[in-house]
Amino acid sequence: MTEQHVKLTEGALEKETTTINVGPTHPATHGVFQNIMEIDGERVLSTVPTIGYIHRAFEKIAERRPYYQITPLTDRLNYCSAPINNIGWHLTIEKLVGMEIPKRVQYLRVLIMELARIADHLVCNSVIGVDTGALTPFTYVFQWREKIYEIYEEICGSRLTTNIGRIGGFERNFTEAAWQKIDAFVAGFPALLQEFEELLTRNRIFMDRCIGAGPINAERALSYSFTGPNLRASGVDYDVRVAQPYSSYEDFQFNIPIGTAGDVYDRFLVRNREMWESLGIVKQAVAKIKELDPSVFHAEAPEFYLPEKADVYTKMEALIYHFKIIMGETDLPAGEVYHSVEGANGELGYYLISDGGRSPYRLHFRRPCFIYYQAFPEMVSGGLLSDAIVALSSINVIAGELDA
Amino acid sequence: MSNEQIKEQLSARFPDLGEWEEQYGLLTFRAAADQNIKILQFLFEELQFQFLTDITGVHFPDRKDEELCVVYHLHNLPANVRLRMKVYLPVERPETFTATQVFAGANWMERETFDFFGIRFIGHPNLTRILNVEDMDYFPMRKEYPMEDPTRIDKDDEMFGRG
Repeated sequence: MTEQHVKLTEGALEKETTTINVGPTHPATHGVFQNIMEIDGERVLSTVPTIGYIHRAFEKIAERRPYYQITPLTDRLNYCSAPINNIGWHLTIEKLVGMEIPKRVQYLRVLIMELARIADHLVCNSVIGVDTGALTPFTYVFQWREKIYEIYEEICGSRLTTNIGRIGGFERNFTEAAWQKIDAFVAGFPALLQEFEELLTRNRIFMDRCIGAGPINAERALSYSFTGPNLRASGVDYDVRVAQPYSSYEDFQFNIPIGTAGDVYDRFLVRNREMWESLGIVKQAVAKIKELDPSVFHAEAPEFYLPEKADVYTKMEALIYHFKIIMGETDLPAGEVYHSVEGANGELGYYLISDGGRSPYRLHFRRPCFIYYQAFPEMVSGGLLSDAIVALSSINVIAGELDA
Repeated sequence: MSNEQIKEQLSARFPDLGEWEEQYGLLTFRAAADQNIKILQFLFEELQFQFLTDITGVHFPDRKDEELCVVYHLHNLPANVRLRMKVYLPVERPETFTATQVFAGANWMERETFDFFGIRFIGHPNLTRILNVEDMDYFPMRKEYPMEDPTRIDKDDEMFGRG
């Protein structure tokens, strides 16, 4: 055996650093992410992320689908807060068409979107706990995420990939059981969130692991087009809900929490604070909805909104619209529209070009995860490998949104 | 800062800009392929458009010599104004300049645009495929690549799909 089987690159034996592969299916990466890291002992010198493992060509698929069939595609972007994606897409179409949406529907949407934000932040923050060695808070909060999923289930029938609502409103009115579940959530959640904060926020080990890990300053964060909680943790108070209010967010009172250092700890605090603010918005939404006509749950837009099934069997008009919508024969006006919503991870934008046909000419999703994950090498270089794992959790990269 | 003011300042500095539009209140204009970075820099320094919302591509196979389009969405955060810039490129030579010198975040957005449309950004530090596999030899978001197998005859596109 004189032949050398392993071909070493030049200088490989002399080199004192180590190349390691973190991911794509590593238990500490919470999703399909691969990072090829160059480490010197415990220090990360550089890292090269490889993405695209679960790319599903949504933008291409969307070019053949009628508009109402694109909603399930948006579910699978950020699947931790699918209702925000769904409603963002409906709002985009409604903006293109110029549809008038009743106030009650707008408030119902706000209610659902804020519940989704809470669910998303709960996952992110509790996973930071898991990565720093605290599994218990994670098990506590998942019970409450479950309660939010039960609310979705009561409204639309599904839990994770919700496909909630329709263009023009909701598929059905909120049931009495849904309201009971929402009320129970609003009443019980503050105690849980309080307990969660007590377990982690001033925990010495947690603080030592998080403070100073994976930092990014405001200037770099803006240059990297950060949005959402990650940008706000760096100290920039940009929030789409305030900057360009949609779905009547201007009727609600809430604060935009911001951090200073932009490290893991600040991102954790910002998300926690946002959950309190979201809970406040949910309460306000419930109060506002009670004052409005309880029978309204969709806009009067027969061309886009599916008629009641009973009407389809008995009324000619309803039958025609039903057929046209299901067959995707309703044409949209030609135009070009960009609409963005504040997703749980940042500005989720929909850039839609319509040529007047049954499906988009071009649809592009501005996916916040995809845009800020490119800053990851800069955030973790020079830090410890264990900090890099926590930093990855704290920016809350969702593989579905990253890869589209 | 209103759209009118932005338009005035931009056209005073760059008289070649054209196709001004304001669909849904969003100021849109067209720029030449060799001027895109100069305009982005001017917008960044003079008009405070310091936040890059998005870069993406569009394919218009019917537009002769301007088949591909790069779309930039910019945001002036203090004044809370957005604008959209379009750069059209011929499909034979789809080249324009990279915005990575102005915005760090342009890096992956341009890689994605290259990956799906084959638009080359001159000066980009690492213009390789990002979501698709390295050895792919076509640009899947171009319109000539149908989503489904074109040899299938069991699907009638007249009724289902874009006819």
